[in-house]
Amino acid sequence: MKNFLASIFKRKRTSPVVNGRAAHGARQFPDVGGAHQIVIGTGQSVGIERDHNEDALLVLTGQLTSVDPIPDFGLFVVADGMGGHRAGEIASAVSIRTVARMLTQETVMQLLANDRSELEKPLQDLLRDALEQANRAVVEEVPGGGTTLTAVVLLGRQMTIGHVGDSRAYYIQNGKTEILTRDHSLVERLKELGQLTAEEAAVHPQRNVLYRAIGQGANLEVDISTQSMPSGGGHLLICSDGLWGVVDDGRIQKIVNNSTHPQIAAQELVTAANNAGGPDNITVILVRFPKD
Amino acid sequence: MKRTTRELGEHATKNEALDRLQAGTTLQERYLILGMLGSGGMSSVYKGRDLHFPNVTKLVAIKEMVNLIADQSMYDMVVKNFEREADLLATLSHPAIPTIYDNFTHKNRSYLVMEYIDGDDLEVILDEHEGFLPEERVVTWAIEICDVLSYLHAHKPQPIIFRDIKPSNVMVDHHNHVRLIDFGIARHFQPGEKGTMIGTEGYSPPEQYRGEASPAGDIYALGATMHHLLTGRDPRLEPPFSFTERPVREINQVVSPELEGLVNNALAYDPKDRYPSAMLMKEALISTATRTGLLSRPSVAAVIAQSGKVEEIWQFECEDEVRGSPLVQDGILYIGCYDNNLYALDAKSGAFQWKYATEGGISGRPSAIDGMVFIGSEDNRLYGLTANRGDLVWTYYAEGPIHSSPTLADGHVFVGSDDRRLHVVNQTSGRRAWRVEANAPIWSTPLVHKERVYFGCESGDFYCFDFKGELKWRKKAKRGVTSSPLLVEDMIYFGSRDWTLYAVEAENGYQIWRFRMGGATISSPAYADGMLFIGCGDNNIYAIDSRHSREIWRYEADHQVTSSPVVHEGSLYIGSVDGSLYCLDYKSGRLRWRFHTQAPITGTPAVVDNTVYIGSSDHKIYAVLA
Repeated sequence: MKNFLASIFKRKRTSPVVNGRAAHGARQFPDVGGAHQIVIGTGQSVGIERDHNEDALLVLTGQLTSVDPIPDFGLFVVADGMGGHRAGEIASAVSIRTVARMLTQETVMQLLANDRSELEKPLQDLLRDALEQANRAVVEEVPGGGTTLTAVVLLGRQMTIGHVGDSRAYYIQNGKTEILTRDHSLVERLKELGQLTAEEAAVHPQRNVLYRAIGQGANLEVDISTQSMPSGGGHLLICSDGLWGVVDDGRIQKIVNNSTHPQIAAQELVTAANNAGGPDNITVILVRFPKD
Repeated sequence: MKRTTRELGEHATKNEALDRLQAGTTLQERYLILGMLGSGGMSSVYKGRDLHFPNVTKLVAIKEMVNLIADQSMYDMVVKNFEREADLLATLSHPAIPTIYDNFTHKNRSYLVMEYIDGDDLEVILDEHEGFLPEERVVTWAIEICDVLSYLHAHKPQPIIFRDIKPSNVMVDHHNHVRLIDFGIARHFQPGEKGTMIGTEGYSPPEQYRGEASPAGDIYALGATMHHLLTGRDPRLEPPFSFTERPVREINQVVSPELEGLVNNALAYDPKDRYPSAMLMKEALISTATRTGLLSRPSVAAVIAQSGKVEEIWQFECEDEVRGSPLVQDGILYIGCYDNNLYALDAKSGAFQWKYATEGGISGRPSAIDGMVFIGSEDNRLYGLTANRGDLVWTYYAEGPIHSSPTLADGHVFVGSDDRRLHVVNQTSGRRAWRVEANAPIWSTPLVHKERVYFGCESGDFYCFDFKGELKWRKKAKRGVTSSPLLVEDMIYFGSRDWTLYAVEAENGYQIWRFRMGGATISSPAYADGMLFIGCGDNNIYAIDSRHSREIWRYEADHQVTSSPVVHEGSLYIGSVDGSLYCLDYKSGRLRWRFHTQAPITGTPAVVDNTVYIGSSDHKIYAVLA
């Protein structure tokens, strides 16, 4: 369970539960067109210490090959809810639906329109609108609830990321792991300012305090960025802190690089987090990009 | 006094456990509760009347704290701490500290009875004031806060750290004097759970999160409070410790640079970089206020940056305006002029090599490859010349003037014309390979990449054609696209006269972001280190984060910037209609130097071998040291 305080969002550990169990969403997306298509794996677990799941994940992909094709389209979202009672799980669920609904209406439907020459809204603006809409939805429908939300829209070779909170997106390529998002957490901010070392931050009692989250109401500032998919393939990983908080980057990279299929890797990542104690809900989306 | 808290989730349920005292209740058979003044966290403050003075109305403020600690020994410790602090407060004597009259504990509630202050706290004053608070008021309050902080910090045997300076803890009484309220005594009453915050996010110094409380922390919080008062920006709604990202004067230009510097000093991340004491900060405030005159401050004359001396290497005079852009290749500079000539000059000395006379003005930039130079002219023709002597190899006829610059790719010359066509001409033979139609004259320079050609036109349409001449996608800006496209990592960037810089995904033309400027642009963007640079008709040169589409800096020239930027070894070079060639630090936008010519510069500079080349409407071509 997580809760928030003033404009700072704070998450508190609950007491461990005995009957911890590991589950995963074993969704598998068939490899349609051979090596040139993206391949997706997902994994989710309530973890060992929690008794319910406040995380949510969403995967939507689209492909249209014809004389008038659309670019490869993908929407990948991870949300990690916080708040008492059931507020956390409802906040993440409401947010993820809102974002998915808005983006499919505004992007997928537009991509499928016959006349695309008119000046449409830029993708970054659409993504920002979607996250702000999710913020309003949570404020209205889930008082006391909040959620992190990291959404990646894949369009052709461009990845556009909308992000609030401390779930993360990484790009993993060969020996390199690049983090694409910035945690909106107090300790991360202190780290950026050189007030805390990475080691101190990892064990800081306030490492679960967020200063931005969906559901905070007014003045939500959403991080939006776009970058090209690096050439030479690689993996996009989106995960909640249930993974990155307990499994270090090196280990994540190793699991991802050594696996034969993203679905297997996603499950191995979840297992690694649970083996490390599973203190929190774990959510993983792993997207494998073809080597051009 | 108004307190606002946003307590959600678990805290909300805890708050419900706090039943408020009703008006009419009497505590200790002495204090009649008249109403609530405010509440926050585990405490509430009531307005009360002291019944020991039956003949007069003696008002008191009664602070009530509810002990929610479950553990008995902790519980007892909290009550002891409270009594000890109440005793301490009762011994303090300073005009800005309210007098303590009484304290008592009843069941799980402890009370502190103190002087009632008639006034508003700074948070209320901020809320109710329209526009920015006057600088002199803020300075006056800050001086008084420094004064009381010095008193507290000098307390023996232990300095007293207030730890929670923020607008809502500073009252201003009816004599316009500052009174500190809420001595953080309630803090002990928070259940001691892991991760409980100390202080108010937004005003607390970074080191407080490591458990350090020192006089320097109070100085930071005062700096944060002053920042809030001067800018109106509530730090609780901003990322923690982000004051330096929004300097006071960026938001409120009326504030003097001196005061901004003072606030910045108090807000230094490292406590060692702040004022070493509240006393010294007070002195700094007083001397700043005296020096700037505050009330009758004369407008500070704009300080013009003293730029370094620019070394001119050579200049070459033509017979008319030079609006085109230079190309430097193999030691030769090629540039077109409105005297109809294409000139070839020695890049090192400026010595004349040859010129070729077309029959119209030349506005584009030549291109060169394999011993040939290509240029379009307002005489409707595209010329292929030998690079060494300027002999004509071939001429290609368009059906309208050519303002667009030729682009070379795959053995062909791509060029736009006022005849609304993009022409693709064989580089060796000068024969047309193919051409495509646009909606309006094409002035932008085509971009060719991976068998696709990208260009804008004056109707605002932006096109992507493949080499078969098939339209791949089209985008429409609201006004003409004279700006030439730039491709970086599968993204196309171009400006438009509709005041916008567009970022469009190259493959399908899907718009990823757009950046709005203060005017129309015909300047073409340049890229370096994740930043895009572009000139604009609003006189600014913009630097924009290419991933986040956010402005990083802007530099204001004295007139429109229609020239396009060039980035070279840490510097950005660009001309302006004000006649100057500017050299800026590309990371910060700081002016490195400025070179004056006698008339507008509309072309784009070329930078080669530590030399910048530029043409000017004063008929001259200049080479200056980069």
